[in-house]
Amino acid sequence: MAGTDQSPIANEQRRPLSPHLQVYAFALTTAMSIAHRITGAGLYLGTLLLAWWLIAAATSASAFADVSWFMESIVGRLILLGFTWALFQHMLGGIRHFIWDSGYWMDHPQREYLAKGTLIGGFVLTILVWIAAYTIR
Amino acid sequence: MVEFALPKNSRPVAGKIWPRPASAKNVREFRVYRWNPDDGQNPRIDTYFVDMDDCGPMVLDAIIWIKTKIDPTLTFRRSCREGICGSCAMNIDGLNTLACTKDMSTINGAVKIYPLPHLSVIKDLVPDLTTFYAQHASIEPWLKTDTPQPEKEWGQSPGDRSKLDGLYECILCACCSTSCPSYWWNGDRYLGPAALLQAYRWLADSRDEGTGERLDHLEDPFRLYRCHTIMNCAKTCPKGLNPAKAIAEIKNMMISRQV
Repeated sequence: MAGTDQSPIANEQRRPLSPHLQVYAFALTTAMSIAHRITGAGLYLGTLLLAWWLIAAATSASAFADVSWFMESIVGRLILLGFTWALFQHMLGGIRHFIWDSGYWMDHPQREYLAKGTLIGGFVLTILVWIAAYTIR
Repeated sequence: MVEFALPKNSRPVAGKIWPRPASAKNVREFRVYRWNPDDGQNPRIDTYFVDMDDCGPMVLDAIIWIKTKIDPTLTFRRSCREGICGSCAMNIDGLNTLACTKDMSTINGAVKIYPLPHLSVIKDLVPDLTTFYAQHASIEPWLKTDTPQPEKEWGQSPGDRSKLDGLYECILCACCSTSCPSYWWNGDRYLGPAALLQAYRWLADSRDEGTGERLDHLEDPFRLYRCHTIMNCAKTCPKGLNPAKAIAEIKNMMISRQV
C-alpha cells in the first residue's frame, strides 16, 4: 500500500481548520466583551476630540468658535453621542470586569444579568446625560 | 493570531444530499461537516435524513444511526454514551457539547454538526487534540508533596474535600477550550479554560504542596492572563462546571501571594 498512501506529514499539512466564528452561537456576554474592546479603542478618538476642544479653548476665541461650530453640527453631535455611549459602555464594562475578577456573579443567571445591565445601563446613562445637557442649555 | 476568516482550504462547500429513508414518517434533517483526508477536496456539508421513529433521543444516537443505516464512512469519536468519557464532544447547533447527552428535542430545525471549533481536522468530526492534551500535561496534574509520605493515605477533611467540587468532575472533553475566542486566537500560548480549571483543581487541593511552583508556571501574560471573561467556557460546559470562575480564583491567588 506504500505507493498509494499519503505520507502522514503531507496529510497533516493539508488538514483544514475547523469552523469557529462562522458556526459558534451568539452570546450576550461575548458581545459585551467585544463591545468593551471596540469602545475602548473608540475612547482614544474621543479623547483626541476632547484634547482638540481644550487646546482650542486655551488658544483663541476664534479657534474655540471653530470647534464649537463642529461639535454643534449634526455630524459633531452624532460623534459626541457615540462618545458618550462608548464612555458609559466602557465604564460599566470595567465595573463588570471588576466584579468578575473578584470571583462574584460568574454563575448562571447572574452573569447574564451583568451582561444585560452593561448593555441597558450604557444606553440609559447616555440618554440621561443628553436629556440633562439639552435641559441645561 | 486573530484571523476571523477560515483559510481557503478550510472553507466548507455544499456536499452530498443523501436520500431520505423510504417509508419513514417522522424524519429529521442533519447537516454534518465532512472532510476526507484522502481526496484532496475542501470540507463539505452533507445532508442526511434520519427516521426519528427508529432512533434514540440523543444526537449521538442519530449519528450512529446515520453511520449504520446510510453512510458508514462518517467518522466521529464516541465511547461511553453517558457523558463521562468526553469522546463525542462536537459543535452541535452552534454550541460545543457532548453528542451523547444532547437531547435532539432541544434543537429547532435541522441539526447542524461540526467538529470542535478552531482545531486541525483529522477526519470529519475528529479534530486533533494533541496540543490540548500537552497543555493539560504542562500544568502537572498530580499531587505534589515535600513532606514524607504518610503510612496510610494523605488525609483530607470533608470541608477541604468539598473545595474540589465543581473542579474534579472535568472530563477533559475540550468543549470549553474550543469555545473560547481567546483560545482560538492564542491557543498555542494561552492554556485555555480546561487546562486552567485543572490547574486550579490542584491549587485548591489541601494536600498539594506545589502551590508556589504551580503559580510560577502560570504567571505569564499568555498562559493565564489571556482569559478576558468572555464566559463561553462556562456556558458550554456539558458537565455544568465554571472554568471562568476557576481562572478568576487563580488570578486572585496571584494577587494575594504578592500582598
